[in-house]
Amino acid sequence: MKIAVCVSHVPDTAAKININSSGKEIDPAGVTYILNPYDEFAIEEALKTKEKFGGETVVISLGSDASKESLRKALAMGIDNAVLLKDAQYRDSLSVAKALAEEIKFQNAELVFFGKQSVDYDNSIVGQLTSELLGYNCISVAVSFALEGNNIVCEREIEGGKEVVETNLPALITTQKGLNEPRYASLKGIMAAKKKEIVEKIPATTSNYVEVVTMKKPTAKQPGRIVGTDVNAVPELVRLLREEAKVI
Amino acid sequence: MTNKFLVIIEQRNKQIKKSSIEAVKAASDIASKLHGTVEAVSVGGDIDGLALLGGYGISKVTHLKNDALLNYSASAYTSLISNFAIENNFDTVFISASAMGKDLAPIVAVKLDAGIAVDCVSLNIEGNDILATRPIFAGKALIDVKIISPKKIFVLRPNVFNAGQPSAALAEVVTVNIESLEFKIKVNEIKKSEGKLDVAEADMIVSGGRGMKGPEHFHLVEELAGIIGAASGASRAVVDAGWRPHAEQVGQTGKTVSPNLYIALGISGAIQHLAGMRSSKCIVAINKDKDAPIFQIADYGIVGDVFEIVPAMIEEIKKINS
Repeated sequence: MKIAVCVSHVPDTAAKININSSGKEIDPAGVTYILNPYDEFAIEEALKTKEKFGGETVVISLGSDASKESLRKALAMGIDNAVLLKDAQYRDSLSVAKALAEEIKFQNAELVFFGKQSVDYDNSIVGQLTSELLGYNCISVAVSFALEGNNIVCEREIEGGKEVVETNLPALITTQKGLNEPRYASLKGIMAAKKKEIVEKIPATTSNYVEVVTMKKPTAKQPGRIVGTDVNAVPELVRLLREEAKVI
Repeated sequence: MTNKFLVIIEQRNKQIKKSSIEAVKAASDIASKLHGTVEAVSVGGDIDGLALLGGYGISKVTHLKNDALLNYSASAYTSLISNFAIENNFDTVFISASAMGKDLAPIVAVKLDAGIAVDCVSLNIEGNDILATRPIFAGKALIDVKIISPKKIFVLRPNVFNAGQPSAALAEVVTVNIESLEFKIKVNEIKKSEGKLDVAEADMIVSGGRGMKGPEHFHLVEELAGIIGAASGASRAVVDAGWRPHAEQVGQTGKTVSPNLYIALGISGAIQHLAGMRSSKCIVAINKDKDAPIFQIADYGIVGDVFEIVPAMIEEIKKINS
């Protein structure tokens, strides 16, 4: 079985975000980029599935040359092959999904894993869009995954609980924290990844459906009031919450 | 552009979800500004109170009914809704960014060939266009986006749009019995976390961090949450340490929340936590360290020991409630 994993290269969650002079994009100066945290669960699940059933794994990313760092990390964790769809232009979610779907089709992968969202634009829809473009069955936000023959059973996180969802291959699963414990790359894996080729392709251009008009920082919140420094401040705090903020 | 709007209604246990009512109100507000019309569609078995959606500004609800549709099925729901939208020429679709909304909306977007904006926190009119604001980087920045394709889907963050008080108007409810169903993906079972409110849906949240010193002390977080009717949340540090389940995590790799009240207990306020809760309407911080970043965004704070302050808060609120 061919298993594909799609990953993105994103600013570290600890990074401060500033906006560049275009007013539509972030300023990358001083920002460290990492493999999207949710994609580590996708890589791990692909590796576990291959270990259990055999097959071949491929990692795909759409982005600039910088994304190679995240592709190398996936290779170091144990993924067999890597493809970079080289494009540094802004694409909306649907345009990203079209490029990824095209490559997944080319790879002939019948099982695909995505992180449930990338922590940059936080869309959380590229997996579902890609799946529908491919005509695959999609289960999003999976916290468990079991494959038997053609049949897949996952638990997906919903408000106040979990849904047990069943479907068949070909399928695309988006992964949530809690699904597995991503492995660390071994030294041997890191050395091997350095030697592996990352296949570069130029994806077809497609028109965007969604346009960014402006990017802005949220209005800075003014620090409020320190009501007190010990237990004696509690009655006053509760009074403020009731009478001033009117929230309890 | 015809401005024919459709709101997708979500139900759980026959009840319309609050976030769907918020979406109805938001869509009818925008529709009235653009001189458009707005209807709703629901999928499921029996659903209570569909006619009451008229009180939030819509004239008609079409209910696509089959008892086998009680639980969500991505394949069945998305084909029914997409076919309904196409047959009736709706050009703009609204749905809440719930777990179901985020799963369903992108699939419908592909079927309708529509542009999609997810997790919108405000909708404004610019000329004849809808400008949607959505947080990115878990709220460290915001973008205003415009959907430029003829068909559009707006997925609205729960708990942000105010549904307000309904009028007495009733909507016309048309029930369509659905015969053939496509269950390529099916929810077999819903496992509810016992009696717990979810942080993503809660009006109030009480969260605990490292300052709670161990999982054995989280009963304090739960007790305070319990007496005010809040959900319990947690910081990434305590989830990573295995003290609390991931479903409770607030922040950039957890849930982004905007409740009316957010009480942070022993949370210092790492940047990824602040990003996830900074849009809460009222923030209270209890922390021993007066320099903790959480105090920079808190409306009210007490610099002190959570193990003294929290029991006193519980007592004080109990006293007032009785």
